[in-house]
Amino acid sequence: MASRAQPIEPWIRAAASIAAALVAILTLGTLAAVARRAEGLGGLGSADWAALRFTIMQAGLSAALSVALAVPVARALARRRFPLRRLLITALGAPFILPVIVAVLGILAVFGRSGIVNDILASVGLQRISIYGLWGVVLANVFFNLPFAVRLFLQGWAEIPAERFRLAASLGFSPRDVARHLEWPMLRSRAPGAFATIFLICLTSFAIALTLGGGPRATTIELAIYQAFRFDFDLGRAATLAALQLALCALTALAAARFTLPSGHGAGLDRTVWRWDADRWLSRITDGLVIVAAVAFLLTPLGAVIARGLPALGDLPAPVWKAAGRSLAVALISTGLTVAMALPMALALAARRPPRGLETIGMLPLATSSLVIGTGLFLMLRPVVSPSDLALPVTVAVNAVMALPFCLRVLVPPARELAGGFGRLADSLDMRGWARLQHLTLPRLRAPLGFAAGLTAALSMGDLGVIALFADQDSATLPLQLYRLMGAYRMDQAAGAAVLLLALSFALFCLFDRGARGHA
Amino acid sequence: MLELDQIEIEQDGFRLCADLAVPRGQKTAVIGPSGAGKSTLLSAIAGFIAPCAGRILWEGRDITGLPPGQRPMSILFQDQNLFPHLSVARNVALGLRPDLKLSRLEWDRVDEALRRVGLTGLQDRKPGTLSGGQQSRVALARALIQARPLMLLDEPFSALGPALKTEMLDLVAGIADETEASVLMVSHDPADALRFASHTILVADGRALPPRDTGELLNDPPPALAAYLGK
Repeated sequence: MASRAQPIEPWIRAAASIAAALVAILTLGTLAAVARRAEGLGGLGSADWAALRFTIMQAGLSAALSVALAVPVARALARRRFPLRRLLITALGAPFILPVIVAVLGILAVFGRSGIVNDILASVGLQRISIYGLWGVVLANVFFNLPFAVRLFLQGWAEIPAERFRLAASLGFSPRDVARHLEWPMLRSRAPGAFATIFLICLTSFAIALTLGGGPRATTIELAIYQAFRFDFDLGRAATLAALQLALCALTALAAARFTLPSGHGAGLDRTVWRWDADRWLSRITDGLVIVAAVAFLLTPLGAVIARGLPALGDLPAPVWKAAGRSLAVALISTGLTVAMALPMALALAARRPPRGLETIGMLPLATSSLVIGTGLFLMLRPVVSPSDLALPVTVAVNAVMALPFCLRVLVPPARELAGGFGRLADSLDMRGWARLQHLTLPRLRAPLGFAAGLTAALSMGDLGVIALFADQDSATLPLQLYRLMGAYRMDQAAGAAVLLLALSFALFCLFDRGARGHA
Repeated sequence: MLELDQIEIEQDGFRLCADLAVPRGQKTAVIGPSGAGKSTLLSAIAGFIAPCAGRILWEGRDITGLPPGQRPMSILFQDQNLFPHLSVARNVALGLRPDLKLSRLEWDRVDEALRRVGLTGLQDRKPGTLSGGQQSRVALARALIQARPLMLLDEPFSALGPALKTEMLDLVAGIADETEASVLMVSHDPADALRFASHTILVADGRALPPRDTGELLNDPPPALAAYLGK
């Protein structure tokens, strides 16, 4: 191999190394802190083992249901053309930046004790159902992950060449033949990856379990860590649980890595292929019903929150506004931090010979959880400072690190494209350092950088994770304040705060994403 | 003088040896069958590929280890010669200063270079709004302003029509004469070589042979070249 890998610029190498060190401290360092404090599995009681079982069960059920339900929805979307189809497919990406707590509030408004569904059940004389517990947790997880799975499958459908469908039509295939010969092989290749990814996401379910689960029969490990921490102040047990969570996540992440998943932001999702096989009135009706049902399932909860929250916006208590200010500050600072870490890491990864291990370090946050990091940081910081004084800085750091893998996933492909397309020209013109960053890298990566920043800002804005471990009365973020309002049954104010949180999250996303694209 | 002192290039199992010299100011074509390593040879001279043996010398100075941007040469690639997000003037200005901090005097030189290639008035346009020929002219204006003693052309005009290509080659010849630069031009068209280059390097069978008079070489081609030319 004589090809001269153009050496990575010194500033990129240095910045990427600092970023990698920071990620390593926050993931591996906290892991070490947790492991040192953990008491061995003997320290766990039966409740903790129940939490382990519940975690796996809810994640498995959520992943299975999301994947299974996504198949008919994606199939209907893939073979129908209708107004607003494009918008609908774009909107399927929105749950990623939707604050969990807002969605939970919406799900409660629809399926909760006095929600729409129960009112209907009661009006026809049926018993009201309770949403708290396993099925509530699964429902909320499906709400978040069904759209993700639909997008994955939709991409699969889009990747089946149009000529195959033409060939199938010329051979007189029935819908069943098409399913067997064209669709089933695609689904079989994608479903395992989709299942594993969703399973992994649901393993670290905290905010959903906190609000819809709880009690001895519906506690996830994340929630158990929180309870061991906040209520029992049993640091040893929290550490042991964190170690257990970490092992579970790492094993799943390893297993999931075996199924390669195509990136979810692929082009061509809105392409339609004429489907001769689906041109029958029966499949038209079922497809229509499936799409309407999916849209209703996804939109009604949000509509309910907004309808209830909008009037309450005017008289939100002062602490909510203060919390909103804190959340904005946290979101903006962690966005800056994430971009400052992700950009040099992506540029280094785009080099022909990327530094060893950098990619693995960049993906480490996926294999851990925000409460595990939080526990570790608490153990590390406690001898030095009072952790509650650092609630917001810790939240900033954890949010920044947790968003990093997503940002890298967004940034690395265009960074590679940039290096491949213009690297040699820039090298031949001796563009280095600030000149190269200013005149080549930033202008060319503007759009993906804006998208990554928007994702990070919205994720950080809506995050209800590590802040719950550390916060006291004076350092609550907006999602935590919203949770407290729910806990106090001030549901109108909670809905108002949810509308505020929703608006701020989407505004931040659009600000970065659109702002970057507008001038590109 | 450019000297390739017994260099060996190896890339993905492909080997190319060269031991030759190109005198200052000479226009030299590099021809040979496709896949023979013409572009690879240019990439090695430009510094994008490190030879696994031998030295590259410019006026007696060893430049084998220099990064591409610090070598005494400008290069035009087959495509992607311009940054699409920068204006025409800024693309040219990069040839003077990669940080684009030009003095008024230097901006005047940019305008002058654009005038020289016939693009007056297009300073503020983006490359995407120009025709293929105009884009080539912008890249040539940059090479002109770089005024490096060696110009490497890796078939930058292959996408242009025959008339336009001839026009560009004449422009290159003019610029090279103005800056007293040597030119190494990869080509798969013997007519281009005859028209433009007094000498020609034949790349075939893993070797780049020393430059020979273009007319003589084409009139009496060695077997590898004869097979390529279909003679």
